[in-house]
Amino acid sequence: MTTPTTSAPLLAVRDLSIDFITPDRPPAHAVSRVSFTLQPGEAMGLVGESGCGKTTLSLALLRLLPPQGRIVNGSVQFNGRELLALAEPEMADIRWRHMAMIFQGAMNALNPVVTVGSQIGEAIHRHYPFMSPPEVAARVAELLDMVGILGARADQYPHQYSGGMRQRAMIAMALACSPEIVIADEPTTALDVMIQAQILDLLDNLRRHLGLAVIFVTHDLGVVAELCDKVLVMYGGVTAEYADVDTIYNSPRHPYTQELLKAFPDLSKPQAALNSIPGYPPRPDALPTGCRFHPRCPLVFDRCRTDQPALLSVSPVWSSQQSSGYAGTANSKRSGEVRPTHLASCHLVENDK
Amino acid sequence: MKSLRLIASRLVWAIFTILFVMTLNFVIFRVLPGDPARGGLRDPRLTREAIEAIRVRFGLEKPVINCVQSLNPWEPGPCAVNPFDTQFFIYLRNLAQGELGISYHTNRPVAEMMSQMIWNTILLIGLGQILAIILGMGLGILAAWKARTRLDFGALLFSLLAWSLPTFWLGIILLFWGSNQLGLPIGGRLTPGVDFPNTAAMLKDLGRHLVLPTLTYTIVFLGEYMLIMRSTLIDVLSEDFILTAKAKGLHTFQILKDHALRNAMLPMVTLIAINLGFTVAGAIQIESVFSWPGLGGAVFDAVGQRDYPMLQGAFLLLAVTVILANLAADLVYSWLDPRVRTD
Repeated sequence: MTTPTTSAPLLAVRDLSIDFITPDRPPAHAVSRVSFTLQPGEAMGLVGESGCGKTTLSLALLRLLPPQGRIVNGSVQFNGRELLALAEPEMADIRWRHMAMIFQGAMNALNPVVTVGSQIGEAIHRHYPFMSPPEVAARVAELLDMVGILGARADQYPHQYSGGMRQRAMIAMALACSPEIVIADEPTTALDVMIQAQILDLLDNLRRHLGLAVIFVTHDLGVVAELCDKVLVMYGGVTAEYADVDTIYNSPRHPYTQELLKAFPDLSKPQAALNSIPGYPPRPDALPTGCRFHPRCPLVFDRCRTDQPALLSVSPVWSSQQSSGYAGTANSKRSGEVRPTHLASCHLVENDK
Repeated sequence: MKSLRLIASRLVWAIFTILFVMTLNFVIFRVLPGDPARGGLRDPRLTREAIEAIRVRFGLEKPVINCVQSLNPWEPGPCAVNPFDTQFFIYLRNLAQGELGISYHTNRPVAEMMSQMIWNTILLIGLGQILAIILGMGLGILAAWKARTRLDFGALLFSLLAWSLPTFWLGIILLFWGSNQLGLPIGGRLTPGVDFPNTAAMLKDLGRHLVLPTLTYTIVFLGEYMLIMRSTLIDVLSEDFILTAKAKGLHTFQILKDHALRNAMLPMVTLIAINLGFTVAGAIQIESVFSWPGLGGAVFDAVGQRDYPMLQGAFLLLAVTVILANLAADLVYSWLDPRVRTD
């Protein structure tokens, strides 16, 4: 898919910070200085508990934040184009055509009074206005076929679909304009386990066939292990850890990642008790001083309470790829030739050095 | 097929409701005390024969209904009354023939009186409702789209004010202002005693008489439409599928037209149906203030004159309009919302 000479990443997010502004209150820092890159065809997992800023971050990439949400800092570059500098109509041209989104809870994400077919068709019509109605209809049927829905059901309404079908229709809608990037925001919540597996298989297959880059927003580390090339672990709006998927699973360095992994069943050790992290993630309007994870961290020490740790490179050897462009390609997981930087924001990482 | 069955079932329900209302409407005016003959008893100049003649004229000498012991009309009860010669049966027969009885006050058929006045009411209310719906919805959409801005605040304040103004008070104020400052007529439908040379001149005069009552009606109802439109649209705009539509890159206008309004129209349809249903009642205050010769004014007068047949006719018309407006709302609903169509 990608050639080794790939220079610029498909999507480069740098130091993105998002505040929520409410009158009479200090701004809430929902996302602070998050950076990552995405290569064509690459799958990244965006992981963290609820309220860690995952959805806020993904909405910000499309510039779809609610009115209170402000991007206060950073840059989002798509194919070298700065999205944050675009005028609103230009941004609207980018949406769905180049970067589509699968929303959580397809029941509410589909309009109940419009047929599924015309909801998909209007996206096509929006970005390819010169396509004739029969061509659009043919494309809608093709898309529905791709996700395993009979073309005849295009004329039905969302309430006539089952939960899994609605989610598949949502996926078909996301693929309507053959975007380069699809952001899947918890695509399997509210679905039963069998359907979850179906949907994830479908997404993975489509990704491989169409060469899509996908951002999986999820709190399910199992999903990430199976589908993703690299992982961005978020906690309290900041990057806790960022590395390729093998590194994250085999040698996590941030205590939060370690705790998170312990909270998921490991099939190789059948009797292991599952761990839970006591406490809750911080609210963005009441962030703790120092490290944002310190109130819940099992390895906490004095410095964590006062100093906010910087995002540090865990392995200096691996960070040398900056010269050869960014190396987190879709092949990385399978070939093992190149690995992305392993970054973690923890004082323990610094102590090791 | 399914929608056809839905229409049929709604229609049957509407017919049953109308039949029930007809019966209730009959009962109410038999239970209420007083009839013209009794009113006449107080007048010493009326002879017994004259009073009896009045009772016969209005059919009041007949029994209200057949004996309670026998509700079966073919099996006369112990009182042995001809079942077809009761007030209730005559009432039903008259209704079937489009007769609503004779007014106690004017001695003219109620149906004939009402058919003259109803067009005046429809003209006034229809115009006022259409204006109120268009302006109220437009203002509501604008306010919802620009929610929490100065424009929204202004529109909200205006609508709340308009909605809480008493109709008669606003009517009097506008009457005072309009007739003084703009030289508009103070009431009635046409300037009395004028021989209009052509239709255009007559329409012009009619239009001048219509301005103030229509304006009053529009202002009073506009506020309600605006408030409902604004709040439902704000709700709909916060739905997830609006975010989906934005994410698809759709333009503001298209999101509003194709995704938001269709959903937000549902409560509006109900409100419009209710208001249209109460057309007759809603016009009472305005028609009285502006001496508009419509049904509302006539109902107001009939109450004072204890003109039961007139009230009975007006009530029936009111009930039937409410039922039909609800039927229409049901049908529009099923057209707007596919979820209603399929059980």
